[in-house]
Amino acid sequence: MFYVSVFFQYMAQYMKTKLQYRADLFVEWLSDFMAQAVNLVFLLVVFGHTTLLHGWSRDEILFIYGFFLVPYAVFGAFFNLWDFNERYIVQGEMDRVLTRPLNSLFQIILERMELESLLGAIPGLIVMAYAGARLSLTFHWYDAFIFLLFVIGGALIYAGIFISLATISFFADARTSIMPMMYNISSYGRYPVDIYHRIIRYILTWVLPFAFVGVYPAAYFLDKEEWYSYAFFTPAVGAVCFTVSVMLWNAGVRRYRGTGS
Amino acid sequence: MDKYMEMVRIRFLMMLAYRTNYYTGILIYAINIAAYYFLWSAIYGGKSSMQGMSLGQMTTYVAISWLARAFYFNNLDREIAMEIRDGKVAVELIRPYSYLGMKAVQGLGEGLFRLFFLSLPGLFFVSLFLPLQFPGHAKTWLSFGLSLLFSFIIFSELNLLAGVVTFFTFRNEGLLRAKRFIIDLFSGLILPLSFYPDWAQRTMMYFPFQAISYIPSMIMTESFKGAAVRDGLLLQATWCIVLLFPIGWLWRAAKKRLVVQGG
Repeated sequence: MFYVSVFFQYMAQYMKTKLQYRADLFVEWLSDFMAQAVNLVFLLVVFGHTTLLHGWSRDEILFIYGFFLVPYAVFGAFFNLWDFNERYIVQGEMDRVLTRPLNSLFQIILERMELESLLGAIPGLIVMAYAGARLSLTFHWYDAFIFLLFVIGGALIYAGIFISLATISFFADARTSIMPMMYNISSYGRYPVDIYHRIIRYILTWVLPFAFVGVYPAAYFLDKEEWYSYAFFTPAVGAVCFTVSVMLWNAGVRRYRGTGS
Repeated sequence: MDKYMEMVRIRFLMMLAYRTNYYTGILIYAINIAAYYFLWSAIYGGKSSMQGMSLGQMTTYVAISWLARAFYFNNLDREIAMEIRDGKVAVELIRPYSYLGMKAVQGLGEGLFRLFFLSLPGLFFVSLFLPLQFPGHAKTWLSFGLSLLFSFIIFSELNLLAGVVTFFTFRNEGLLRAKRFIIDLFSGLILPLSFYPDWAQRTMMYFPFQAISYIPSMIMTESFKGAAVRDGLLLQATWCIVLLFPIGWLWRAAKKRLVVQGG
């Protein structure tokens, strides 16, 4: 309960600071939107030259991309760990966090949350609605709950992988540029994984399970029955991924020694 | 001149200090290119050519685009913005060198490091597995080298321009991000410009973005031949010079109204 109340207190403070700079908020949202547009333009232009991608149509691929944007927005809002190494290890903020009677990961998540990233889900839903309508997909009443479950699973997969990457900072002193590179790799989970060589497909499924954030869960809504078993694994993979990363984090914190700054 | 060369060397050595970066860097570059290869194979779907490029040329195009990006990419805009916010820029301005010039050579040092230690080994590694097509003519390689240098200059000039704008706006994080996405999209990094609809291609003629990635990659894949190579290089050279004017003009204006917010 204590954690819940702390969460809402942080949230209230966050709102106050953000609403102070409204113009900045708008520009941030606009640039987020442009990042999404880059991928969208890629898809639209490519499908100007071809009709099928390994048997998947333009609208199906668009639907997958739209779906992906929703868990990604949730991840972006709560797990903003891009500059963890720089800010918390090099500049020594970690020492401050550790003196407080609250789980260190939880504190950092609260300190760095960016709720406006949730707005990124809106273009995702629009793209899904557009593609879904063109494919004339039918939905059941329980699909909304499954959607929610898949979104949470996907966000936890992202969170797990990026928390694990952040824990590298506890073990290695070096600055790493793995995070932005991993971001590139994550985008391949949005395409039907059957187009890749089986090694890459294996990596995207079991090593860095980004395929569970895009193509697998989306395949459920696209009625691709051959992918159902993968789709329903999504929440489980998310839970495992996240649990492992929290364990790694705790091991890292135990090993942590300040830089003295 | 010596002090600038020294700065290139120092930046190079700074990058060398972080060793873990380049092993992971090479690996991730390889995965990246491989994934693109399969994506494009699926897009081609057995077609022998699209927009005049074969699948082999397209794979090479993507590999070269990312190789070039490692060289020309830098965060000078962010560095300048940060130094303005922290007030460090005041100290920089009294030092006996051109601030913007020094920033540019720092970017060059980083770029050279990434080119020789990251993307070239990465490219070699990838070429063992994927059917990349490299040109046999020395002339193509030379044109590519020159073109790559122009790419670096144009990209850095755009970054300096965006950085100097911080003098007037103080906060422009959003602008800097937007600039990055525009460059990714319209420089030809993710997609050769010849794939865009005609109206988009015509519009892009008036912007410097295609000079960053599209031209060097087209030269290297030999999709540009003869006169097209020469025209491409000329276009790049023109942008290199044209962009100097707004930078110089804004920089003079910026120095006059510099406000150091503490620091």
